[in-house]
Amino acid sequence: MAMSRDEIQQQVQEVLVEALGVDDDEVTAEATLMGDLGAESIDFLDIVFRLEKAFGIKIPREELFPAEDLMNNSELIHNGKLTEKGLAELREKMPHTDLSEFEKDPDINKMGDLFTVNAIINYVENKLNAA
Amino acid sequence: MRWIWIDKFIQFESGKQAISLKNVTLAEEHLHDHFPGFPVMPESLCIEAMAQTAGILVGEAKKFQEKVILAKIKKAVFFDYVKPGDTIKLEAKIESIAPEAAGTSGRITCSDKLVAEIDLMFSHIDQNLAGKEFPEENFVFGSDTSVFQSLLRDVLAGAGKKSEQD
Repeated sequence: MAMSRDEIQQQVQEVLVEALGVDDDEVTAEATLMGDLGAESIDFLDIVFRLEKAFGIKIPREELFPAEDLMNNSELIHNGKLTEKGLAELREKMPHTDLSEFEKDPDINKMGDLFTVNAIINYVENKLNAA
Repeated sequence: MRWIWIDKFIQFESGKQAISLKNVTLAEEHLHDHFPGFPVMPESLCIEAMAQTAGILVGEAKKFQEKVILAKIKKAVFFDYVKPGDTIKLEAKIESIAPEAAGTSGRITCSDKLVAEIDLMFSHIDQNLAGKEFPEENFVFGSDTSVFQSLLRDVLAGAGKKSEQD
């Protein structure tokens, strides 16, 4: 029953096309959900619901898009940037996301760029493999 | 006073699905302008009727404690006109429900003919991800739910026995 990465990618793409009303070719692996695909907060929940349906998985709140928890914790943010502790927390919460670029300048305003199509594909893949 | 745009529920399965009816009449003034000589129910108001049907379904699922706000029209496709004299049937189903939001799917039919497919997202706004705060008073459902009781009169009358079994 294992799905290949290509199959997962295709399904994720379909989910995003339907949830965000974008074209297939806009949903590249590097595309950011907010910046490139125009997702708003309610869209994130829509995406979570659709992913749960499409892949038959359960996605706990904050697991796929955990940023809000961090944002509200002053210990983890200093001068608009994530502290070392904040980064450590983020790494732990977003193992499915490549943080190497972000770590160079962990400006919280750039946190939205971490939510890429690729991060979703990684997340789903981990989730399916763990099942 | 609340603006209720559906007439009654004929089926209501808590947390799952509901069916409501709306009678469309030429006494609705907007139909004279939409359009002169060709009165048809505006599609935006078909969406409103579905939003009320699905919104009450979602609200009831949390015992009317959440402030349920229409947050997104996921899909609205129309296949036919709704005209004065029509009774439309609105079927709404909860597809997903979480602490912060719910997704519903819905169909509108008229004499068993498909009129529209409308899928919606509702936010429980006190549980919003941005942590924004709203007035404590429930301005969506209020403290007086008698208007919903009246919409549910047929269902309540017929369902007494069924709910005892559940």
